[in-house]
Amino acid sequence: MSEFVHPVERRMTISAADEERLRTQLERTWYVPRGIIGWCSVADHKTMGKRYIVTAFCFFTFAGILAGLMRLQLAVPNNHFIGPDLYNQIFTVHGTMMMFLFAVPVMEALGVYLVPLMVGTRNIAFPRLNAFSYYVYLFGGVMLVVTMLLNTAPDVGWFSYVPLAGPDYTPGKRADFWAQLITFTEVAALAVSVELVATIFKARAPGMSLNRMPLFVWSMLVTALMVIFAMPSIVTCSSFLLLDRLVGTHFYNPAEGGDSLLWQHLFWFFGHPEVYIIFVPALGIVSSIISAFTWRPIFGYSAMVMSLVATGFIGFGLWVHHMFATGLPALGLEYFTAASIVIAIPTGIQIFCWIASLWRGRPRFHTPLVFVLGFFAIFVLGGLSGVTLASVPFDLQVHDSYYVVAHFHYVLLGGAVFPLIGGIYFWFPKMTGRLMDDRLGKVNFWLLFIGFNITFFPMHILGLEGMPRRVYTYPDNMGWNTLNLVSSLGALLLVVGGALFVYNVVRSYRWGLAGSDNPWGAETLEWSMSSPPPVYNFLHIPVVEGRCALWDRSADAPIVTGIRSDVREVLISDVMDAEPINVAEYPEPSIWPFLCAVVTSGFFIGSIFTPWALPVSILPLAVTLIGWFWPKKRDRERAIEEQDEDRRLHDAA
Amino acid sequence: MTPPDAATMRPPDTRRVLDVSVLPRTVFGHQGLIWWGTAGFMVIEGSIFVIALVVYFYLRLQVTDWPPSLPNPGLFYGTLNLATVLLSLLPAYIAKTKAEKFDLAGVRLWLTILVLFGVAAVVIRAFEYFALNCRWDDNAYGSIVWTLLSMHTIHVATDVVDSMVLLTLALTGPNTKTRFVDYSENSLYWYFIVAWWVPIYVTIYLMPRWL
Ligand code: HEM
Ligand SMILES: [Cu+2]
Repeated sequence: MSEFVHPVERRMTISAADEERLRTQLERTWYVPRGIIGWCSVADHKTMGKRYIVTAFCFFTFAGILAGLMRLQLAVPNNHFIGPDLYNQIFTVHGTMMMFLFAVPVMEALGVYLVPLMVGTRNIAFPRLNAFSYYVYLFGGVMLVVTMLLNTAPDVGWFSYVPLAGPDYTPGKRADFWAQLITFTEVAALAVSVELVATIFKARAPGMSLNRMPLFVWSMLVTALMVIFAMPSIVTCSSFLLLDRLVGTHFYNPAEGGDSLLWQHLFWFFGHPEVYIIFVPALGIVSSIISAFTWRPIFGYSAMVMSLVATGFIGFGLWVHHMFATGLPALGLEYFTAASIVIAIPTGIQIFCWIASLWRGRPRFHTPLVFVLGFFAIFVLGGLSGVTLASVPFDLQVHDSYYVVAHFHYVLLGGAVFPLIGGIYFWFPKMTGRLMDDRLGKVNFWLLFIGFNITFFPMHILGLEGMPRRVYTYPDNMGWNTLNLVSSLGALLLVVGGALFVYNVVRSYRWGLAGSDNPWGAETLEWSMSSPPPVYNFLHIPVVEGRCALWDRSADAPIVTGIRSDVREVLISDVMDAEPINVAEYPEPSIWPFLCAVVTSGFFIGSIFTPWALPVSILPLAVTLIGWFWPKKRDRERAIEEQDEDRRLHDAA
Repeated sequence: MTPPDAATMRPPDTRRVLDVSVLPRTVFGHQGLIWWGTAGFMVIEGSIFVIALVVYFYLRLQVTDWPPSLPNPGLFYGTLNLATVLLSLLPAYIAKTKAEKFDLAGVRLWLTILVLFGVAAVVIRAFEYFALNCRWDDNAYGSIVWTLLSMHTIHVATDVVDSMVLLTLALTGPNTKTRFVDYSENSLYWYFIVAWWVPIYVTIYLMPRWL
């Protein structure tokens, strides 16, 4: 039916008074509630996105402090500052928190904040689900912090291998906390991914066909799809671990027909794509920054999109390269070696496209772009050490050594954290209305860049010299002393750099230079409204006329009318061409998602201790879910409106 | 601002607009947003089922006997349930078509019938557990069989509760048009659950006999 209804194109007069009226009404309709209950009821993607980002950085700081403690411990041989048991907890929580509570969520958080603005809509799809996912994530993270502070944190490494993590070798609750943390973060990440996919596919402004979508949005789309296909695997494997530990199943118990390698397959089938889930959004950040600071569209848009998509696919075919040392058949390993080298191709293509863009444009070297250049340097090194690891004989030599630790910090920090910090410098003026200090930013960059290399480069050599990872100390006579001390001094620089970043954020938030709507002259839609954006995002939903929405906008660019401003209506468009096809109504803020998240978290944590958690929480869970979906005042109004409308149509006919 | 256009005589300050007020406010299927939420979760849950089935066959490769030193599961209740849920596709389908015609009476009737089928499926499911002829902690085979069955049971039970809530809403109102989209999506989700019972049934009940 709806295929036959088309929006009407015409001209009309919109006076300043009309716009003012519209603005007031939109402000009232899309209000962000205040007060404590209001705080827990917010459904706005910008507020939730900012909370997500700040929370993720808090976890980053906590995990960073743990890293600092590790470097303190390893600075000199035979150190007894931290004992082996505590050290095990520290590296496990550091790794787990960095991966599951910082890197993935912070990227999705940026998506939550930016994607609706970039595609030209008023909120993220399923805003209540979005709120729910945030609280689940928050409570799960707090649980891990608490276990660390109580000295009962997981201590089996960030990938929690069985049989070590199984019931026989790790009695107690530590490994359960790890497995349940995974449940928390997966629920949150999966929910956000569905919201992002729906927003990107269905809520784009008219004219933004797929081949005009900003590269950042493409990267979030690929990421969200990878989450949707990768995370079920770890949900399954960590649930099986919990079942083995709590109710005596035998999935990973070889004595009863189970298998420990099953864990590794399931974990890495998720774990390798995970790396790209962290890295692909960073590619989007890099593209946004480069085009803004060269004032030119990125060279080779189609090639960029294709490599993003290819990375998404190939990322699923590599997992066995984490298992080269497990004695799997050699023929299989060769395939995985080849695939691991092949994935360097799409990344290489993107790097060449960026270099070409920088070459053609006249780049302006503000802090965000400087971080991007730092990313190139570090990431290329990390990628190279990655290609070396794809070779089985070499991998067998350095497996579980500091060479691997060096490699993945080059990719993770270089490939994700540097672009991310650049991205914060870049979008901070949009989020707060103030610019971050550029001079401090450059000092910040050099501290982090030099500190990073001093910390992690020596680890390559330490690994080649045979220093294993995950040891709490080492004897004096191994020849590892100097490099470890150097590495720890580098970590000190990183700490200073991190502190300077926080200082710059806080200072600029208070006293920073007021920025305009579009301080960098960038091309995507988020720069078209005031900074910070109004609650309703766009006064008029724009019609997009080219790949660079703002640069390609003609003087007489059309706008969308006919969306109600007294209720939360949003335009829904078609997947390929973003033609408007219908209008949806988003729900009002509500406390129920928060309550539901509280009950869900109670259930997750309770079930670590007793199976009774299930029957006990079923009722409250049902209550909160029913409350969530129960008709509200607006539903009654809407039913009446619809009856009136039907009657009117009937009379007219 | 743009100068007045003499040719068309249009006054200054008019703007080109794309008026979308004529577009539908209620849509069924993949044109609408709700469908994408349902579809997203179906993909996620479907992937979890796929992985659990892969684990079943992976575990099969670890041992020589299948089921390892245990009797085969009894066929009766599982097959009965298969028949029940396949039959329930009919009320689900009719409820969906009624919903898409905004036929409230029809929705009430066929949703009730769907709920009854769902309850029957849950009750039969209880007997299936006894017919498995193994415990979850006997060995890895028992673990995966119980888990597969329970994963599916959770879906069935959740959707039955869902349908009950929707039925209550259908009876009490207000029945906005988007509520009818919920009624229709509910049937879609039920199709999904029924569809998954086929491979899971085959795996749990027939594979031990074939492998
Ligand atoms: C901020 C500076 C950082 C420092 C100084 C640091 C330091 C370290 C050190 C020394 C280890 C090795 C522990 C051992 O094997 O004994 C380690 C492990 C690890 N780090 Fe970092 N790290 C930092 C940031 C990050 C970031 C940003 C991520 C991820 C996004 C990350 C992820 C990991 C992971 C996954 C492990 C492995 C944990 C395990 O073995 O289970 N690190 N880190
Ligand atoms: Cu990998």
